[in-house]
Amino acid sequence: MALILDEEQQLLKDSAKAFLSENFPVSALRAMRDSGNDHMPELWAQMSEMGWPGMVVPDAYSGLEFGYVGAGVVLEEMGRTLALSPFLSSAVVSATLITKLGNEQQKEALLPSIASGELTAVLAADESGHYNLDEVATEAKASDGGFAISGSKRGVIDGHHADVLLVVCKNDSGSGVFAIPSDSDGISIETRLIVDSQRAADITFTDVFVGADALLGELGGADEALDFTLDVAAACSSAEMLGIAIESFERTVGYLKEREQFGSKIGTFQGLQHRAAQLFAEIEVTKSAVLSALQALDADSEKRSVLASMAKAKCSKVVRNATEEAVQMHGGIGMTDEFDIGFFMKRAAVCRQAYGDYHFHADRFATLRGY
Amino acid sequence: MENLDQFRAETREWLEANCPEDMRQPMRSDEDQCWGGRKWVFQSEGQQLWLERMATKGWTAPRWPAEYGGGGLSGGEAKVLKEEMSRIGARRPLNSFGLDMLGPALLLYATEEQKQQYIPDIINGRIRWCQGYSEPNSGSDLASLRTKAEDMGDHYLINGSKVWTSYADKADWIFCLVRTDFDCPKHEGISFMLFDMASEGVSTKPIKLISGSSPFCETFFDNVKVPKGNLVGTLNKGWEIAKYLLTHEREMIGGFGLAGGGLKPLGQLAASTRGTQDGRLRDTSLRAEAISFELDEMAFGLTIERITDETKAGQGTGASSSILKMYGTELNKLRMELMMAIGGTDSLNFESDRTGALVKSWLRSKANSIEGGTTEVQLNIIAKRILGLPA
Ligand SMILES: Cc1cc2nc3c(=O)[nH]c(=O)nc-3n(C[C@H](O)[C@H](O)[C@H](O)COP(=O)(O)OP(=O)(O)OC[C@H]3O[C@@H](n4cnc5c(N)ncnc54)[C@H](O)[C@@H]3O)c2cc1C
Repeated sequence: MALILDEEQQLLKDSAKAFLSENFPVSALRAMRDSGNDHMPELWAQMSEMGWPGMVVPDAYSGLEFGYVGAGVVLEEMGRTLALSPFLSSAVVSATLITKLGNEQQKEALLPSIASGELTAVLAADESGHYNLDEVATEAKASDGGFAISGSKRGVIDGHHADVLLVVCKNDSGSGVFAIPSDSDGISIETRLIVDSQRAADITFTDVFVGADALLGELGGADEALDFTLDVAAACSSAEMLGIAIESFERTVGYLKEREQFGSKIGTFQGLQHRAAQLFAEIEVTKSAVLSALQALDADSEKRSVLASMAKAKCSKVVRNATEEAVQMHGGIGMTDEFDIGFFMKRAAVCRQAYGDYHFHADRFATLRGY
Repeated sequence: MENLDQFRAETREWLEANCPEDMRQPMRSDEDQCWGGRKWVFQSEGQQLWLERMATKGWTAPRWPAEYGGGGLSGGEAKVLKEEMSRIGARRPLNSFGLDMLGPALLLYATEEQKQQYIPDIINGRIRWCQGYSEPNSGSDLASLRTKAEDMGDHYLINGSKVWTSYADKADWIFCLVRTDFDCPKHEGISFMLFDMASEGVSTKPIKLISGSSPFCETFFDNVKVPKGNLVGTLNKGWEIAKYLLTHEREMIGGFGLAGGGLKPLGQLAASTRGTQDGRLRDTSLRAEAISFELDEMAFGLTIERITDETKAGQGTGASSSILKMYGTELNKLRMELMMAIGGTDSLNFESDRTGALVKSWLRSKANSIEGGTTEVQLNIIAKRILGLPA
């Protein structure tokens, strides 16, 4: 497969770019924050009108079945304007997990309404503040023909807005995923404001009773689907980080051409030129990493996991560097709240930690490569 | 989309039948490369057969036009050929500055007669070329060069000297930048000429490198007569050709960033040499460095692929050669550093037999970020030409 976007993917990217930059530029994030909100319902409504929440949902469940490269290009453009929506958490990650793991009835019940944007779901996996399924302790005890769920999940972004929680649990038979309405008895949710003006939810489950039909797949049989979903989450959040890196880099290069000190544009200083050129090369290399990881998902290639972890690790590093250099090269104004560049660093910090950070994916990459 | 399945099947079959066994072994060092030329002594029958067979098909230059003896392959076919060669670990049949540098420039700028004269001998490896660019006082600032060519009516007369001329003592011909006008801005008085290194007045003096070998020379021109027909392109307009050629050189050098065929990935090499614990490389600090390296290596390999595919689709990004050159050479230097760390004190052997190959390759790799334009010069090019930062 050629490592370029095909025509349809390019069209989608162009229209996502036009839509987001016109309707939800970075100033929309600032306005949201300043009015005390933590998400952008109008954006989600408009994305839903365009059918985007169905991007990876199979046609049989009223989705677009457009694939992960499509999801990636939308996320890249979202990264550029820092648009906030449950696109990644619900439409991409949750839809993937349900598609892979659910039975016919569950898919019928959930996927069409996820694809239309009416319903949002979120994966509740982390318990320690780090993505690591080995650390899951939330328990699903068999009871009354169903299960009683007890435990707690930490830092679930969009967790307090989602209609359905996809809760990773353990019991003697192994791990399983339960689709649980977030307003079920026994669930308590506390939220905390996080650095990019979103809220993350800490969710406690106290003997939450669910019927047997809430279990997606079988207890002990979720590992493969969770692994695939992790690859999806890693590759797609990489695409968002790539967008953040590109946008903050372009803004920085613009500033280098404009700001004057010592009687010259600061972009004439070779110390800054070389750092900008280095960063440009890193971003070019990162583009290839992201696209290949997305394509490998669509092709369900055997290299899928290596590429996904490679992309997540590489993007985490590069976006850190790009946003840090962006603030540094703006000088004092880069540190002010009034100026937008700091927003990129904040969102990048959240993306870097989501679905496994650099260290998690670096370790997974090496393990998969045999060392 | 072209259907490449049949081409792949035929190529696989042909390679199986025609690639000699010893040409499928990983190269032990640079000395296993085949360079061709009038003075070349083949190291084995296999090496000679492999060059002849590949050259007959034009596959030493897969994408060059068939009318000059090239393979005439499409981008897709060339990619298949490359994949099929690496599948059996086939060595490159011919290493040559003619293939990697001069040929593409001739195809674009030379007259039909010149193409007929020079290109077939590049493809079949009969003529070995060297590159006369750098001078003692003109390195990064190449356009300041002062080797002079005077118009003597029926020929040019060349006087001056070049330095760091790789393999000047082994080469048959030179492609050379000369000044044909001294009274104008430095970029505007340069011409691109070709001449035989056996011409009267050409002499070379090998320079020893830190690795102990002498792959490059000082090259002196003392009243060398060059026929007028050996000028490529327009008089005084050689800088454009020179730069175009450099983009090909840079892509070639950047390709060093990819591990050669048949080599074990670095992390696995480290694991098998230094040992593991619970399936992880025991030396955790080395593991972290190997990971960081392999992430970049993989992403870089994909970038070469992406740029190739973009070019095929007519979406070329232009100045990508500087990115590949800069990134690939820094990567190769890091690979060699890590190989030395993995090898420990054994890797320090400097005897000229095969055991000293690693340390010499390590030393040699330090030139990667200097030759063909330094890393700093590539960063200048990216900053100015791609990012448009002010001068
Ligand atoms: C192994 C090897 C093989 C070679 N083969 C050939 C060959 O076959 N033919 C040929 O013509 N040449 C060849 N060269 C020469 C090579 O192209 C030059 O060495 C190179 O262009 C650098 O020039 P220089 O050595 O004069 O260094 P200088 O230009 O003197 O550079 C010294 C240092 O200053 C830095 N510098 C210079 N200008 C700038 C600037 N504007 N901004 C920031 N930093 C700067 C450089 O990056 C470098 O670090 C070869 C070199 C090597 C090492």
